[in-house]
Amino acid sequence: MSQTSTSTVTRAEHKVPLMRIARRNTMPHLQAWLIRGGGLLCALLMGALLIASLGHNPIAVYADMINSAFGGRIGFNETVRIAVPLLGAALAVGLAFKMKFWNIGAEGQILVGAIAATYFALFQFDNLPRPVLLITMGLAAAVAGGIWGLIPAFFRAKWGTNETLFTLMLNYVAFGIILYLQSDPWRRPGTDFPIIDMFDLSARLPRLFGIHIGWVLVLVLTVLVHLYLARSKQGFQLSVVGQSENTARYAGMNVGRVIMRTMLLSGAIAGFVGFMQVSGADFTLNETTAGGVGFTAITVAWLSHLNPVIMILVAFFIAILERGSIRIQTTFMIPATIATVLIGIILFFMLACEFFINYRLIFRGKKGAES
Amino acid sequence: MDIFINFFNAAVLAGTPLLFGTLGEILTEKSGNLNLGVEGMMFMGAVSGLAAVFLLEVGLGIEIAGALAVLIAIAGAFIAGALGAFIYSVLVVSLRTQQNVTGLALTIFGIGFGNFFGEYFGRTSPIGFMTVSLSARQGFSNLSIPVLSDIPILGPLLFSYNILVYLAVVIAVAMAFFLSRTRWGLNLRAVGENPATADAASINVTRYKYLATCIGGGICGIGGMYISMVTTSGVWVHNSVQGFGWIAVALVIFATWSPKRALVGSLVFGGLTVMRFYVPLGIPMQIYDTFPFLATILVLIVTSIRQIKEHSPPAQLGINYFREER
Repeated sequence: MSQTSTSTVTRAEHKVPLMRIARRNTMPHLQAWLIRGGGLLCALLMGALLIASLGHNPIAVYADMINSAFGGRIGFNETVRIAVPLLGAALAVGLAFKMKFWNIGAEGQILVGAIAATYFALFQFDNLPRPVLLITMGLAAAVAGGIWGLIPAFFRAKWGTNETLFTLMLNYVAFGIILYLQSDPWRRPGTDFPIIDMFDLSARLPRLFGIHIGWVLVLVLTVLVHLYLARSKQGFQLSVVGQSENTARYAGMNVGRVIMRTMLLSGAIAGFVGFMQVSGADFTLNETTAGGVGFTAITVAWLSHLNPVIMILVAFFIAILERGSIRIQTTFMIPATIATVLIGIILFFMLACEFFINYRLIFRGKKGAES
Repeated sequence: MDIFINFFNAAVLAGTPLLFGTLGEILTEKSGNLNLGVEGMMFMGAVSGLAAVFLLEVGLGIEIAGALAVLIAIAGAFIAGALGAFIYSVLVVSLRTQQNVTGLALTIFGIGFGNFFGEYFGRTSPIGFMTVSLSARQGFSNLSIPVLSDIPILGPLLFSYNILVYLAVVIAVAMAFFLSRTRWGLNLRAVGENPATADAASINVTRYKYLATCIGGGICGIGGMYISMVTTSGVWVHNSVQGFGWIAVALVIFATWSPKRALVGSLVFGGLTVMRFYVPLGIPMQIYDTFPFLATILVLIVTSIRQIKEHSPPAQLGINYFREER
């Protein structure tokens, strides 16, 4: 008899689950950023575990990474040089992401922008005065990148074609075009190697404080994108489309037009980044011109919550990671690709953080949890 | 005739990693999870399958026989792919993160994981790159089945492939049966179509989502291992997966979520990747290489223009299920 009574008790207890999940009211900003900071710390700890498991001292490795990124003028300049295209591309994909348009084709948009700029640098450099040449290169790159971004946007707007895969596939097409140009039409005269000639001095971006002027351009761009999103009518429209396409439609917006316009802009910014890369950093065009920037920019945009100003910090942080891992390749013989692994781990943890910011866990037996 | 048979053979061999990836993603998407991390999971599988055999051979100082090497590589690749999918599941199913971004994060992580460990183990190897012994490699070479392989035309057309090709076909047929003829398969589809109803019918939605995603990820991992073991013949090549995972995601749409149609799709796309060796069109080689990607775009456009109800994705694909917010 007593046995049955105990089993009823356990059954009654089981009605309340051990743990429930409820949506939180908005959390104070400070607390949310503290959680994100904690997440970042956990991610770096995981990275430290990975480094330790390879038989290295994680503190020494991290210290070396930071040292190389800040140590001396050259180290710092190099870090900024990595951060410039990252920030630019993050601005580009951020615009599209705000609209819930998954533009993962920044890589390709950068490349076609670079191709357009390279055309003028290689074949028109002696016809135009330097300022005109540079401006033409920048404009051509923006137009080419914009068109590359507009293509998937057109099909998405018209037939709802999956833009994630479309934009991605265009990356490989752009890549193929560069390989082709290298192999024959634009190959450096007199060689059999598939390389394109270095740009004439007049087609190279000037320097300011030892770094190509792209860093100024990209900061200006950040301010412009911020104003566009926060202050302009078009910026408002694209965020409404991102929240709900139906709402936008009821409000009388032409959703297709907003999508195409935003992607034209997003692609144009990415294309412009391509121009800065060939004209400021590499002085030539090759298959590593984009070098994964288009993908890493997704991380930057997402970690910044699509906020252009925060993107500056995040892009710089990722640049430290990348610069640092190039260094530890020589000092510790750890392959530089560890940067990508670390970025992946950081992304996982930051994604998980959002759960603890948006939800709370209510455990069984905790009184007063209801509100 | 000979050139046709050769082209067909090459298409099958090139299409098999795509088939693995597509099948894994079909199973995943049937549970309502749109895992864009196929590329990443294939990278993880590629490096782990190869590394499992490599490390055992180096560690024990032996040469592993072909058949055993195949089993070890499959296990290593499956576990790695499933591990990637498990991370995705924890984030998406339990922590309710946005599926697109989580999949992209997995891709970034997986690419890093593959290239990092591929390079790292390469450095520990005396010859400077990661590779396996000849005897292990023989397990992945084309089979010669007595009698069957000797049939004219049909023999070379159907019975001349490596063991992984047949494994992929078996998985495709088994998955088609599983999804349409078994209770678990139907439950899984219910979870993808309408998790709230499935939940009310006392189907454990969380368990189905986790299991389908992780097994699907494991299958994707085997597809990656195919690339490192067969395509690059047992040598780690930097960035070797290069886009196959993404084509596989698109092939799921092409195959309209049907494992049987995935067979056709991967054969067609396998054919496209090797076409330039068999069908000279006088186009520069580098442009020829973009054909699979251009064809994928074409498929995406055509399927989006003519939407057929029977060929539509699981109704709740890409949308997380919150029991509390039903």
